[in-house]
Amino acid sequence: MYMIIVGGGSVGYHLCKALLKEGHEILVLDKDATKCDNFEDEMGSVCVRGDGCEVATLAEAGVSRAEVFIAATDEDEDNLVACQIAKHKFGVPRTIARVNDPKNEEIFRKLGVDCPISVTNLILEHIEEKIPTHPLIHLLTMGEEKIQIVEVKILEGSKSAGKSVKDLALPSDSILALLIRNGQKPQVPTADTILEVNDRIIALTTTDSEEILQKELASG
Amino acid sequence: MKIVIMGCGRVGAQLASLLDSDGHKITVLDVDAHSFRRLPPSFGGTALVGDGTDEEVLRKAGVGEAGAFVAVTQGDNRNVMAAQIAKHVFNVPKVLCRIYDPLRKDVYETLGLEAVSPTTVFAQLLRDKLLSA
Repeated sequence: MYMIIVGGGSVGYHLCKALLKEGHEILVLDKDATKCDNFEDEMGSVCVRGDGCEVATLAEAGVSRAEVFIAATDEDEDNLVACQIAKHKFGVPRTIARVNDPKNEEIFRKLGVDCPISVTNLILEHIEEKIPTHPLIHLLTMGEEKIQIVEVKILEGSKSAGKSVKDLALPSDSILALLIRNGQKPQVPTADTILEVNDRIIALTTTDSEEILQKELASG
Repeated sequence: MKIVIMGCGRVGAQLASLLDSDGHKITVLDVDAHSFRRLPPSFGGTALVGDGTDEEVLRKAGVGEAGAFVAVTQGDNRNVMAAQIAKHVFNVPKVLCRIYDPLRKDVYETLGLEAVSPTTVFAQLLRDKLLSA
């Protein structure tokens, strides 16, 4: 698959290396001549010197036949513009942007970037996951529909402990998909399943209903 | 009308000063407080230090209540990003931005952003002046 990476910093460098290893055709764009030379020395002709936000540079790089476009510089405005030009001028089907300021993740999505990735948010999610008292962990967010896959832990004192699923007032757009109980095989909970302390639930929900779901399952 | 101007360079400062004397309520944003020296002593608006590509800064500058937003920093991409946030997040009715790169300006105009390329305008102006002499 042909992929373009804008920005040859440490993120671009390691992405390029990993994706080449997977057998993809990669082209890195960077404004800095020294960086391009370093790429050339190590990986052959995979780097072109140029501004990844300039239409002419992108045309020369053959962006119109790229299937994936990754903007990985440390400037959010550059990543946004590069992705928008790749998408709207060259019709790249999948644009991915590195987001440096976490609050731009939502803005980038709104402005048409297919997949904005905030490293800070990713690290935060891992911290959430490692803190055992945190009752709700975000596992996956899907696109503009704001569908969430979350994991909720039933804590000591949660009002749902000892209750059956049908007695919970779950939001209508949320479903409990899987029940993980210590020492047992994961099972799909039914209306009659009774929840216990330390149960872990994998649930499908939406950003809007997530709070109600957490309240119903995990709060006291 | 409340107008927020991002970038207090020569153009930003002069525009702020013109609109201020026309009686508009102006807020000028710049990342460098030193840039505000360009505003005339008579300037009656607000000068605010901050990065206009930051949603929080725009909110503080009152972009939510502004009738117009103008992005005139030195960076094309910064202008484009701030203008899009003003237009699509804060729903400012009139948004203008400067894009030096003419090709980039064309792309954003097809995306519905109102932009001016000083490069094109100035080149045309020089040509006209040369040929009319």
